[in-house]
Amino acid sequence: MELTGAEIAIRCLQEEEVEYVFGYPGGAVLFIYDALFNQDKVKHILVRHEQAAVHAADGYARSTDKVGVALVTSGPGVTNAVTGIATAYMDSIPMVVISGQVPTSYIGEDAFQEVDTVGITRPCVKHNFLVKDVKDIAVTIKKAFYLAKSGRPGPVLVDIPKDISLAKTEYEYPRSVSIRSYNPIVKADPAALKQALHLLLEAKRPMIYTGGGVILSDAAKQLTELVRLLGFPCTSTLMGLGGYPETDKQFVGMLGMHGTVEANMATQNCDVLFAVGARFDDRVIGNVKHFNSVPRKIIHIDIDPASISKRVQVDVPLVGDVANVLTEMLALLKASKHKTDTAAIAPWWKQINEWRGRNSLIYTQSTEVIKPQYVVEKLYEITRGEAFVTSDVGQHQMWAAQYYKFDQPRRWINSGGLGTMGFGLPAAMGVQLAHPGAPVACVTGEGSIQMCIQELSTCKQFHLPIKVIALNNRYLGMVRQWQEFFHGNRYAESYMDALPDFVKLAEAYGHVGIKIEKPSEVEDALKEAFARKDDLVFMDFRTDPTENVFPMVPGGKGLSDVLMAEDI
Amino acid sequence: MRHIVSLLMENEAGALSRVAGLFSARGYNIESLTVAPTEDETLSRMTIVTRGSEEVIEQITKQLNKLIEVVEVMDLSEGEHIERELMLVKVRAEGAARDEMKRMTDIFRGRIIDVSDRTYTIELTGAGTKLDSFLQAIDRTLILETVRTGASGIGRGDRILKLQDR
Repeated sequence: MELTGAEIAIRCLQEEEVEYVFGYPGGAVLFIYDALFNQDKVKHILVRHEQAAVHAADGYARSTDKVGVALVTSGPGVTNAVTGIATAYMDSIPMVVISGQVPTSYIGEDAFQEVDTVGITRPCVKHNFLVKDVKDIAVTIKKAFYLAKSGRPGPVLVDIPKDISLAKTEYEYPRSVSIRSYNPIVKADPAALKQALHLLLEAKRPMIYTGGGVILSDAAKQLTELVRLLGFPCTSTLMGLGGYPETDKQFVGMLGMHGTVEANMATQNCDVLFAVGARFDDRVIGNVKHFNSVPRKIIHIDIDPASISKRVQVDVPLVGDVANVLTEMLALLKASKHKTDTAAIAPWWKQINEWRGRNSLIYTQSTEVIKPQYVVEKLYEITRGEAFVTSDVGQHQMWAAQYYKFDQPRRWINSGGLGTMGFGLPAAMGVQLAHPGAPVACVTGEGSIQMCIQELSTCKQFHLPIKVIALNNRYLGMVRQWQEFFHGNRYAESYMDALPDFVKLAEAYGHVGIKIEKPSEVEDALKEAFARKDDLVFMDFRTDPTENVFPMVPGGKGLSDVLMAEDI
Repeated sequence: MRHIVSLLMENEAGALSRVAGLFSARGYNIESLTVAPTEDETLSRMTIVTRGSEEVIEQITKQLNKLIEVVEVMDLSEGEHIERELMLVKVRAEGAARDEMKRMTDIFRGRIIDVSDRTYTIELTGAGTKLDSFLQAIDRTLILETVRTGASGIGRGDRILKLQDR
């Protein structure tokens, strides 16, 4: 049977078992919306801004193991989506974005709502396509899903001109697809695997450092088993939290710019570092020269060969899918007579426990003013560590990462690579849709929340009972913190004057708003909010404007240059 | 270090811009870049001359391999290879200079491919350094126009860059 390009596009989404499409209609995608209207398998979530459509698809993907899907129109629809696409690209999130384009005969004529979508998005997608023939739509969408999900995942964009969405052709969805120039390596070299295990078991000061790759590869189970079997300390990047249970005694906290003293010191001073699905980012290992000043052997699992030896030289590269490589390593370890020499690493554990004893996440509680850390601690208690927590970007993000203890993967959803303010609320929408009935908290600040606050309207339309936890300190807190430390207390444009009344604002959107000003009210407010299972509750916590995030490794410094509150 | 990187990629619209975009986005330098379809019309072959430390060149080849449309990548400088570049030079050729220009062209094994009362157009092929030497050897004030293709490279003997069976 002949179908239009638009009908084919929607059929393809059905074939891929897409549950939700996050989008916003416009001229160039009208036929595609028409095709959506005429079916009920794929549900459409109408956002209020295209950036939010992409963040919502992203949150959906991060909290499941599925591909997020967004649909936007040409021109401004695409340019608005770019921030979301770049966010997903930096964190390797599987996503397919379908965009409308002006009709093929208009391309290049500066037509109404025309932009060079493939050109604009090229540096922030895994791959993109401009479909020039209706016969190519089905195979292109099949390729898009395959590319998005396989290898190192990432966003893939399919740009469909309006005339192509109207043209007709015979429809058949390809069962499989192969791309001759694309062959991701999933299994590690066996010799390297043996070498890695040998190195690990010989280590006197071993350290396991895990990242977002563990989450993306669904390797938490294998990781946990291996770490326990080895008996080594384990840390995680911001992106990897939940990959290994944070409440376990072998977990030494997050590392990096705001990591714990024990995680940073152990990573700096270990003799064998085992990096699992992590990429030695500047916010994680800090200054490369400083990092390299201590000799250590590095073993690195990554599915992307380009991630190996990019910032630091790796001794044993294990290119492959994290879950796959860890499974093979486990089998090798179990079959081997050689085990961890517990006595040999005991002094190392003693040293780590000494660092741990510095209790680097301690903060001074107050009875007068709400400490932001306290709010996150209470959130953790009240939700028993089981909530999905999204965040925006800034101090609140770091406090959420430090004080909420994630024991499961895919519960902590944040923009780590790009650091996109405005991510939290729309991401929470995607999470809530993927997990109806589950507690979803968006930890945010009064700055970030205003970057996508229009989505409160989407939340109303689709009955998404997200709990917005705004740590409102009236400042762009992380900017203010850097200005205090490195810019002589000159608070250039970091104070937010004329903030809205968030309670009234929430109410105007049809939600519940609560203002919390005293530490004694924190717990009850959170309890009340989470008891309202069907309502979005916006909690405006008036927090201490002078509070800073500690520990801190200043930009450009090394992991052992970590500062604690008492050092300032 | 100067490196000469060869690659095969899908002969599709936009593939070239992905390669060029990668170099500018990651701050790698391009000394020259040539591209044309191969005997298999679905594939294009590109030769890129670049400079960088061993680590940078390793990243360049890995990042190129990561582009979906790139089929094969080879750093020709890692082994025996041949490189050639074509240059066309238009020079003023009048009076005594006319004979001198012809003589220099012969010495460099070039060919004069266009002649007018006042000019010669000289075709010269060779490694980039040979072309540079020619330009230094002639009177620079007589050069009217030069156009160079950038290097093309190929491995010696059995070093072959082709689509691998997988």
